[in-house]
Amino acid sequence: MKTPNKNRDLTLTTAAVGLLLVFLWWANGHLDNYKIQVLNLIAINSILALSLNLIYGFTGMFSLGHAGFMAIGAYVSSLLILPPVQKEMIYILQPLIWPFSVLQAPFFIAVLAGGFAAALLGLVIAIPVLRLGGDYLGIATLGFAEIIRVVFTNLTPITNGALGLKGIPNYANIWWNYGWCLLTLFFLIRLINSNFGNVLKAIRDDEIAARAMGINTFKYRVVSFSIGAFFAGIGGALMASLITTIDPKMFSFLLTFNVLMIVVAGGLGSLTGSIIGSAVITVLLEWLRFVENPIDIGSFHLDGIPGMRMVIFSLLLILIILFRREGIMGMREFSWDSLISRFSRGGEAR
Amino acid sequence: MSLDMFIQHLFNALTLGSLYGLIAIGYTMVYGILRLINFAHGDIFMLGAYFVFFGVTLTKLPWGIAVVLAVALSALCGTVIDRIAYRPLRDAPRISALISAIGVSFFIENLGLVVFTGLPKPVYRPDWLVEVINLGNIRILPLALIVPAIAFALVMGLLWIVYKTKPGLAMRSISKDIETTRLMGVSVDKIIALTFGLGSALAAASGIMWALRYPQIHPFMGVFPGFKAFIAAVLGGIGSIQGAMIGGMLLGLIEIMAVAFFPALSGYRDAFAFILLIVILLMKPTGLMGEKLEEKV
Amino acid sequence: MSANPPVLETKEVTIRFGGLTAVSNFNISVPKGSIVGLIGPNGAGKTTCFNIITGFYKPTQGEVFLEGKPITGLPPHKVCEEGIARTFQNIRLFYNETVLQNVMIGGFVRQKSHWWMPPLMIPSCTREERELRETAMALLDSVGLGKLAGEISSALPYGAQRRLEIARALATKPKFLLLDEPAAGMNPQESQELMDFIKRIRTDFDLTILLIEHDMKVVMGVCEHIWVLDYGILIAEGNPEQIRTNPKVIEAYLGEEATQNA
Ligand SMILES: Nc1ncnc2c1ncn2[C@@H]1O[C@H](COP(=O)(O)OP(=O)(O)O)[C@@H](O)[C@H]1O
Ligand SMILES: [Mg+2]
Repeated sequence: MKTPNKNRDLTLTTAAVGLLLVFLWWANGHLDNYKIQVLNLIAINSILALSLNLIYGFTGMFSLGHAGFMAIGAYVSSLLILPPVQKEMIYILQPLIWPFSVLQAPFFIAVLAGGFAAALLGLVIAIPVLRLGGDYLGIATLGFAEIIRVVFTNLTPITNGALGLKGIPNYANIWWNYGWCLLTLFFLIRLINSNFGNVLKAIRDDEIAARAMGINTFKYRVVSFSIGAFFAGIGGALMASLITTIDPKMFSFLLTFNVLMIVVAGGLGSLTGSIIGSAVITVLLEWLRFVENPIDIGSFHLDGIPGMRMVIFSLLLILIILFRREGIMGMREFSWDSLISRFSRGGEAR
Repeated sequence: MSLDMFIQHLFNALTLGSLYGLIAIGYTMVYGILRLINFAHGDIFMLGAYFVFFGVTLTKLPWGIAVVLAVALSALCGTVIDRIAYRPLRDAPRISALISAIGVSFFIENLGLVVFTGLPKPVYRPDWLVEVINLGNIRILPLALIVPAIAFALVMGLLWIVYKTKPGLAMRSISKDIETTRLMGVSVDKIIALTFGLGSALAAASGIMWALRYPQIHPFMGVFPGFKAFIAAVLGGIGSIQGAMIGGMLLGLIEIMAVAFFPALSGYRDAFAFILLIVILLMKPTGLMGEKLEEKV
Repeated sequence: MSANPPVLETKEVTIRFGGLTAVSNFNISVPKGSIVGLIGPNGAGKTTCFNIITGFYKPTQGEVFLEGKPITGLPPHKVCEEGIARTFQNIRLFYNETVLQNVMIGGFVRQKSHWWMPPLMIPSCTREERELRETAMALLDSVGLGKLAGEISSALPYGAQRRLEIARALATKPKFLLLDEPAAGMNPQESQELMDFIKRIRTDFDLTILLIEHDMKVVMGVCEHIWVLDYGILIAEGNPEQIRTNPKVIEAYLGEEATQNA
C-alpha cells in the first residue's frame, strides 16, 4: 500500500534528522546555557510523555505512577555515575552500603540500568494492579509512586534519605538527551506501527472484543506498562544527570501531573502529539516563570507571585479537557504524505 | 505499652479517624453518583480551614459565626467546581472528568499559594479546647472528645437527610440509576449540586477541626488527608456513607497504632494508607462492604 | 445427525447468577461442517451460552468440548487459540482503528513473532507482518470490504460493520464460528445477502457455524438444525420444518408476544 513512497519517506526522514542534528550542533555552540537547558528539557519531557502515552494513550491504562518510575531510574543511574569519593562525602547521615558504594558504570550503561530497574519495578507493580481498570488503576499506581517516595526517604543507607544526592556528574548533554529521545521515538514508532501496536490499541478500544480475538490482554497490558516504565526510568536518569541534584520530594505527584499535561495537550494516542506537546508545554512552563519573578516597569516594581505559574498551568489543563479534549493532534500522526498534500493543496488554493 | 498509653492512643486514633471519615463521606457520595474520584475534595478541606482562619483573625468574627460562614462558603466552592469543571464532562469518557479534577486540585492548591502564601500559619485555639483533662493517668485534650462527638452528630444529620428527606431519596435513586431518575422528573443536576455541597461542607468541618487539632495551616494541607480519606472510602466500600466513616476510623486506628507499637515505622506512616489501598483493591476490589459488580459481555 | 463427528459438544452446562439460573442442563452437539441455530425469546439465555462456550463465563456445572477436547474454564483468548471465534450481539469493533487494522488484530493470535521484534527490525518478523497484511487484505477482498480497508471502522455503515466483525473473526482462523444475531437491524435484502454470505464462508473457510438469530427467515433459510431455548432450558430441537410446527416453540414465542403486548 505505501511502498511507492517508502523510499521518498526514508530520504525525507533522514534529512529531517540530519537537520535536527545540525540545529542542535549550532544551538550547542551559539545559544546561552538557559536556552540549551530548555532544549534539553524538551528532549527529556518527550521521552517521558511518549512513555506515558504508550501506557495511557495507546493501551488505555490510566496510570499516575510515572514519578515513581522516574525516581527509580534517577537513583539507580545516579548511584552508578557518582564517583565513590563523592558518594562518601554526601552520605553524611549513614554511609552508603556496599556494593552501591563502589559500583561504577559509564553513563550509557548507567542510564540503561536505570531504565531496566524501572521496567522491573513496573513488571512487579503491573502484575497485581493491572487487574484493575480505569480510575482505580490510576489511584493504585499513584499509591505505588507515593510508596516509592516514602521508601526512598527512609532508606537512608542507599538513597541518602531526605537529603538526596548532590553533585551528580552532568553528563546529560544535548547529544545524550536527543540521542535517547530519538531512540525512544524510533522504538515506539516501530512498535506502534506493528501489529503489536494494533493489539495495544485494540485493548484500549474494546478489551472484551480483544480477548475474544485471542489476545491475552493481561499479558500485553503488562508488557506495555513495563515498556512505559522503562522509558520513564530512562527519562528520570537523564533528568537527574541534567539537574545534578535529586531528592525524594522532587518525585511527587506534581511531576506526574506535568507529564500527564503534556500527553493530554499533545493528544492521547499520538506520538507526534507527545513530541509537539513536550516542546509547547516545556517552553510555556519556562516562559511562565516570568509571573513568579519580580518585574520592574519603569519606576513600577511588581513582586513575583509564587504559585501563579502552576495556577495558569492547571487552568490550562482544565480548559483543554473542557474545550479541546483531543488536544493538539487527537489520534493523528505526522506523515510526509499529509504534509506534502497540505503544501500542494495550499499551492492550488493560491 | 501501658494501658493508659494505649487508651490515649485510642483517643488520638478516634479523632484522626473521625476527621478522615468526614472527608471520606464526600468522596463516597460523589463516587456513588458520578463514578468520579473528586481529586479536589481534599482542597475543600484546606479551604474550610483557611476561611475560618481569615474569619477569626482578619474580620474578628466570633468563632461560631466564622465556622458557619466557612462551612457554607466551602459548600458553595464544592458546587461551583462541579458546575464549571465536571458537569460539562458528564457525557465524556469517565477519565476526562478525573483529569479535570486533578487540574482543579492543582489549581486550588496553587491559588492558595498565591493568595495565602506558602508560609504555614499558626492557628489560634481558644484555651478551653486545649486545657488538658486528667483522668487518672490519662491525659486528653477536650478536642479529643469534641471532634468525634461533632463528627458523629454530623454523620447522623447527613444520614437523616439521605434517608428521611425527598432530596435524599433522589440522591439514592440517582446513585442506582441516573437515567431512570432523570426520566422520573427529578432535577438530576440540582441533586448532584446538593451532593457536592453536602460533601464539601463535611470536608470543611473536618478541615476546621483538623486545624484546631494540629494547629497549623498551609495550602497543601489537604493533599494527604485527601488521598487517605479516599482510601478510607474505598476501604469502607465506595458509595456507602456508614462505610466511609468506618473506613476512616479504621485507617486512623491503623496509622496511630502501627506507629505507637512500632516506632521504627514512623517514617513510613504516609505509606500505610497506600499499601492498605493496594491490598484492598487486590483482595476485594469493591471494598470491605461494597457489593460485587459483574462485567456484562 | 451423527454422520459427522461433533465439532462442539456441551454436556449438562448450567450457570447461575446469584439466584437466577440463566441456563440449565444445556446439551448440544454440533456436527462438523454444519450451520446450526440457537433461537428463543429475549432473555432466554442464548448469549449466555455463547459466553460460556467462548470462556467469558465459567459454567456452574457441566463441560464444553471442542473436537472432543475439554475447553471448560479456559480464558477467552485460549478458547480463541483453540479455534473458536465469535461476533457480538452489539457489534464490538475496534472503533478507532481502520478496517484493515481490525482484521490484522484478528490475525494476531496466529502470529509467531514477539513484541520486541518490530523495534529491532528482525527480518522474520517484518516478513511475517507483511504476509499478515496481505492475508488480511485478501480476506477483506473476499468479503467485499477491500475498498474500505483504509477507512476508520466506526465510519462504516451498519451492514459493513457486521460484515467486518465476521471478517475479523475469520482472521483468527477458526474451526467453529459463533454469530450472535448477525441479521439484527438489517432490511430483507441485506438479510438475504447475509444468508448467502454465511453459506459461502462455511465452504470457503471450512467452518462449522452456530448462530443466534431472531429473524426466522434467516434461521429457517440457513440452519440445518435448530435448538430452542426458553428460560434457559432447551425445549425443542430439530430441522427447520420440525421447529416450525412444534407446539412448544410456538407457545414460547406466543408467550413472549403476550408479555410484550401487555
Ligand atoms: N453477568 C450476568 N449477571 C447476571 N445476570 C446475567 C448475566 N448475564 C446474563 N444474565 C441474565 O441471564 C439471562 C439471559 O440473558 P441472555 O443470555 O443475554 O439472553 P438472550 O437469550 O436474549 O441472549 C437474562 O435474564 C440476563 O439478565
Ligand atoms: Mg442475546
